[in-house]
Amino acid sequence: MTSTSLRPPLSGRIDWRRVVRRHGWTIGIVVLLVAFALYWRSSTSVPWGPFDVQSLAIDALPLAFVAMGQAVVIISGGVDLSVGSLMSLVNVLAAKEMAHMGYTSAILYALGLVVLGALIGSVTGAVIVVTGVADIIVTLAGLFVLGGCALAVLQVPGGAAPLRFQSLVTLDTVGTRWLPSAFVILLGVYALLWLTVRRRRLGLALYAIGSNRDRAYLAGVKVARTRIVAYAFSGAFAALGGLALTAASGIGDPNSGSIYTLNSVAAVVLGGVSLLGGVGGLIGPIAAALVLTLVKTVMIIKGVNQNWAQVIQGSLIVIVVMIGGLAIRQKGKTG
Amino acid sequence: MTSGGGGDAAPASPLLHAEGLRKSYGPVIALRSADLRVEPGEAHALLGANGAGKSTLVKLLTGVVRPDAGTIAVHGRPVRAASPAEAARFGLAPVFQDPALVPDLTVAQNLRLTGADVDAVRTRLRALDLDLDFTELASDVPLPLLRMLDLARALSRDPSLLILDEITAALPSDLAERVFAVMREQCDRGGSVLFITHRLKEVIATCARATILRDGGAVATIAPREGGESEIVSHMLGDQAVAAEVAKAERVTVREAEAERPADGEVALAVSDLRGGAVDGVSFEVRRGEVLGIAALDGQGQDELFAMLAGEQGVGGGTVVAGGKPLKARHPFDAIRAGVVYVPADRLHALLPQRSVRENIAAPRYNRLRRWGPINMADEGRRVARAIDALQVDTRAQRQVRRLSGGNQQKVTIARWLASGFDTMLCFDPTRGIDVGTKRQVYALLRDLAAEGSAILLFSSELAEFPLVCDRVLTLYGGRVTAEIPGAAADEATLLEAMHGLSEGAA
Repeated sequence: MTSTSLRPPLSGRIDWRRVVRRHGWTIGIVVLLVAFALYWRSSTSVPWGPFDVQSLAIDALPLAFVAMGQAVVIISGGVDLSVGSLMSLVNVLAAKEMAHMGYTSAILYALGLVVLGALIGSVTGAVIVVTGVADIIVTLAGLFVLGGCALAVLQVPGGAAPLRFQSLVTLDTVGTRWLPSAFVILLGVYALLWLTVRRRRLGLALYAIGSNRDRAYLAGVKVARTRIVAYAFSGAFAALGGLALTAASGIGDPNSGSIYTLNSVAAVVLGGVSLLGGVGGLIGPIAAALVLTLVKTVMIIKGVNQNWAQVIQGSLIVIVVMIGGLAIRQKGKTG
Repeated sequence: MTSGGGGDAAPASPLLHAEGLRKSYGPVIALRSADLRVEPGEAHALLGANGAGKSTLVKLLTGVVRPDAGTIAVHGRPVRAASPAEAARFGLAPVFQDPALVPDLTVAQNLRLTGADVDAVRTRLRALDLDLDFTELASDVPLPLLRMLDLARALSRDPSLLILDEITAALPSDLAERVFAVMREQCDRGGSVLFITHRLKEVIATCARATILRDGGAVATIAPREGGESEIVSHMLGDQAVAAEVAKAERVTVREAEAERPADGEVALAVSDLRGGAVDGVSFEVRRGEVLGIAALDGQGQDELFAMLAGEQGVGGGTVVAGGKPLKARHPFDAIRAGVVYVPADRLHALLPQRSVRENIAAPRYNRLRRWGPINMADEGRRVARAIDALQVDTRAQRQVRRLSGGNQQKVTIARWLASGFDTMLCFDPTRGIDVGTKRQVYALLRDLAAEGSAILLFSSELAEFPLVCDRVLTLYGGRVTAEIPGAAADEATLLEAMHGLSEGAA
């Protein structure tokens, strides 16, 4: 008697209800993004062109990168408050040295900085794992330490980046003028760094330790190592964010990253990653980074006072997360 | 039974041999010195009362925690597993009480996470006559099926020793039967099973030998089929003569208090056909002046019963009448207002650990105050002082409750209700982890409260407490009341029998 057997495995058909149940938030945030984009388009008086898309890409790229890294850490059940300072550090390191470099060596140097970011992240993770001090404290300390390092490298804004390196983010397009290469780079990094690991044991382990650390341990997951890897991801993505800042602004500024620490958490939360860990993906936070950037752009166009713009942005985050939370609770009630 | 599972080791060596395993957590010794010998091709039971050290032993064997002393040998070779993953490499495959499946991953992802062969697991599940959608999230799969999945995953590794920790506790009987069939197959092909359970009938039906733990040591290895349940129970209890002697001495104080008990007080709390969670139709009454005991093995519905009465969990069905009025508690506030108060086992769960003793005792009183008015500090001080006095709370460390000893913390959780007043007190394992002296004070206190006209419902994991404190004892098994035993007759053997669902006493 198979009284306890569940419904048979689906034969290749897509269960749309389940897709909505599992990815509802990501779908929702993408819809929100499209809605904002349409509103943005209708609210400009001058004709809307590729230039607007390019400027959105320039503005959003640093936040999108750092949000991806933050998402990985939060999915694994931690949090990384040091990302803003790491972005500043990479930004000043890049601007200080790259100015005199050719394009190829600038790219190689940039890759080196990404590796450096991953290393700094691993050290942060290792400190958390070895000392047992709460992640929020260790990474907060990291925020100060790395911020200090950035100031030691460059006291005042300065330096420069090769023009060709800058144009990767600010000018180049792929195929059509409507597709800035910044977006292609973003998706390329997503594919290279995340799609390659997400479905493998490492990616599953990241979700597992965020979902239930004890059970993951009992299932044989190497919890300490996986936590360190999560911070390495965060470090690498923060470094990419710092490079994006360098390309976008063309200079190094030791305080350039400071706003990104909390903005990355905001984008992650808005992107449907549970602060409790184990739930969510990276597409949501990327879309959320675009939404947050768009909101700012739209409000500038509308001539909203900067201070009120902050209030509106904050309210938006709370409202969206609240609606999402209510939807989840409703689902729990109806089963 | 063959001994073919020995591989390249000498045929005489046991499949698993643990010697002198010791483990302590801080000052608490969980395992004193345990020996365990499992032969190839046998199903071996591991038995013991709550806290005897069973789960600690399993954790040591499977590399979840490391022993302080002692050795573990598999096929005669000493092994040291530093993690569950490593233990798996030695051929030990555990199925834990809490399934080791991560809730936010799908079934297939969970399997890949542990490097299990998805197809092999599916085949094993089919062999168990079960099928499920592997793209389902583990959190959406019902618990019994998760257990079977965990079992199938363990089997897919072709383990030499299958360790089943309380696997049947949450399984319906048809699935439990399939587990027993798996155990037989495992033995037939030369492997072994270590079977941990509270259900003695299952042990007798399935296991050739059993090792019994008591107080952190292995006291005997017996053949359950020969001695039967009574032999198992007597080993689990140990030297009853000593315990009886202690009990007699203590009972004197309790019986003194009993003399003052108002005869047949009014019903303070009446529960009829209560359902919800594991609770499956429980009915009883507690009268003023009475201490009613609830005895049960782990997970027989006692947690949910207390949570529902305390208003922490919604009621699935049935009625609760408190002080003559129907009580539909949606929140602890409702229960407290109806005079039903709760003393949980985890004291820090109830207290505000970083606040002072005074604030902790006074906290529930704030319920009754005018919402916005100032707090009458003098009155509060008097009430708190009276409660502290009555309970002899050691207040040397009163600035922060978390600095108090466990026993004193427990007194504070009771004292807060003294200060605010109540009709029925629900005590869930109130003496867990506190020393003998304080325990005695708690017993005397519960009797005093009853003598003053309160009704008390007491769950305890220490069976010796029941005859000391209770007027009547109900045993729960499978979410139902299986027996009602007068306090004086509630010795451990009687209770254990009823708790295992063996006696068919009138409910």
